[in-house]
Amino acid sequence: MLVKLAWKNVWRNKKRTLIVAASVMFAVVLSILMRSAQLGSYAYMIDSATHLQTGYLQVQHRDYRENRSLEKSYVPPVGLKDTLTQMTGVSAVAPRLETFALVSHDSVTRAVGIQGIDPAAEDAMTRLSKWLVKGSFLEKGDSSLIMGAGLAKKLNVTVGDSVVLYGMGYHGQTAAAILNVRGLLELPLPQLNNSAVLMSLSRVQYIYMAPGRVTALVMMLDHPDEMARIKTELARHVPAPLTVIDWQEMMPELKQYIQIDNASGLIMLAILYMVIAFGVFGTVMMMTAEREREFGILNALGMKKTRLMAVSAVESVMVSFIGALAGLALGIPLARYYVEHPIRLSGDLAAAYETLGIEPVMSFSARPDMFGAQALVVFVIAVFCALYPLFFIRRMRASTAIRH
Amino acid sequence: MALIDVRHITKTYNSTAVPVHALRDVNVHFEKKEFTAIVGPSGSGKTTLLNILGGLDAPTSGEVLIGGQNITGMKESALVEFRLRHIGFVFQAYNLIPVLTAIENVEFIMLLQGVGKKERHERARALLADVGLADRLDSRPSQLSGGQQQRVAVARALASRPRFVLADEPTANLDSESTTSLLDMMEEMNAKYEMTFIFSTHDARVIERAHRVITLEDGRFQEDKQ
Repeated sequence: MLVKLAWKNVWRNKKRTLIVAASVMFAVVLSILMRSAQLGSYAYMIDSATHLQTGYLQVQHRDYRENRSLEKSYVPPVGLKDTLTQMTGVSAVAPRLETFALVSHDSVTRAVGIQGIDPAAEDAMTRLSKWLVKGSFLEKGDSSLIMGAGLAKKLNVTVGDSVVLYGMGYHGQTAAAILNVRGLLELPLPQLNNSAVLMSLSRVQYIYMAPGRVTALVMMLDHPDEMARIKTELARHVPAPLTVIDWQEMMPELKQYIQIDNASGLIMLAILYMVIAFGVFGTVMMMTAEREREFGILNALGMKKTRLMAVSAVESVMVSFIGALAGLALGIPLARYYVEHPIRLSGDLAAAYETLGIEPVMSFSARPDMFGAQALVVFVIAVFCALYPLFFIRRMRASTAIRH
Repeated sequence: MALIDVRHITKTYNSTAVPVHALRDVNVHFEKKEFTAIVGPSGSGKTTLLNILGGLDAPTSGEVLIGGQNITGMKESALVEFRLRHIGFVFQAYNLIPVLTAIENVEFIMLLQGVGKKERHERARALLADVGLADRLDSRPSQLSGGQQQRVAVARALASRPRFVLADEPTANLDSESTTSLLDMMEEMNAKYEMTFIFSTHDARVIERAHRVITLEDGRFQEDKQ
């Protein structure tokens, strides 16, 4: 009957109950959306940056990050690529030979980044061909190149034109070639769009006199959450001087941005929690004052304070639970909607994303643990605030309370 | 041995700048089956005495023995248990639990006492029949008149099978007809269950029906009329 009494008390003043429950519900919805936007954006940033640039993991020469020259390229040990491909959790492996060059057309010369890629493997991994706006994508052994549309504009070239490439090959030899432009990519990041030249791996190895050499074996993963485990396992299969590095090491500025943004996001969440806590607390204080006489009467009749507290606590849990449940019911579909319909950013925020090498889109997350965590945190805060009557009852004197 | 023995009770409230002496050396005892009214003007100490008899308040000095047991030194939790087992209360404003039905209100006290579901239901039905509400068992307080609510309150007070019932101005909110009817019913309970009723009241109708009238004035015992 005590639980029944608590349940009936909850609905005795419907308006009050609905106000408290609605506060909790909106807190859950807002915290879900805030956290969903944060986690979704981070996941998107990482996904976007790893797909367009680094992959999740790379096998590199251990000095390559400090000295990005062909001198730190390597010939992959026999069987290494197969070992990586067969490893559980690795979804794709693609070799790359990255270097620099000057590319000229007529009187215009630009410094560019050259990527020698296995076209099929790279496209399967990074979906590069989806950015193709003119011409066609590379094929294996192709002797032509594709480039960012921004670079093509600067060089004033289009598909079918020829450009002169001039760079420094392996061991300091001269690398030079005349190459046809086969296609143009409208890459989402200005930095890449204005400087990227892609060629088949074998062609770059030939021009740069680095037969069989790569600067990295790039890997994508089925589940990014497993990166640490896979990295540790991979390290056992990679002989010195090669090493396995992850995207956090390759893009420390992105990692730092996420850490800072996450911290500020959590502060915002904490402020939201506090606002809601005060709202719930105020309502509960008012409710308690209204019920002082009732508490006094029950205590006078012989209901122990501990029992009164228990009923009051059950009421608080019930109202908070209703609010949290309603919050989940509203928050989950909303978050899922935004997962399907991410928000495209513009202005300064978009520029900030592009600086980090990320497509300027605000994505959302629908991680089940995130929904549960937000609902639980708000629920606990609400219950905690709604425990005020317990302290009130503990200090109450029945003889005084019944006169109110 | 008296059912209730009040010995040299004084009660002084020190919460104001000038101490208020609510009771001054009151000595009185009550026997089983009494139907007693405590009367006196406002501020005479009626409610304070009732609160002390009910263990809701502690005297500044003196002691109260109920069935020979001194309750003045009891801890709060023990007093709550004592009230539950031995004292029934009827309040001026009925103070039923608004979300419970009449029968649930009566059962509630027995639930606190740990009485089994079947027994408490049967006893509650019988008590509500005794107070003339056999046909309103499932009515909520808001669906009952003031007189009916006070009858439920009396049934609730009797539900715990207390040694005595304390009623603080039980007719103050009732019209004449309801008052008469309530007093009839209480006298009947007094006779049927040999239950001691102690009222604090201003109401002449209650005073007329009381078997004993104790008068307080300025916190002092003035008169005890059988």
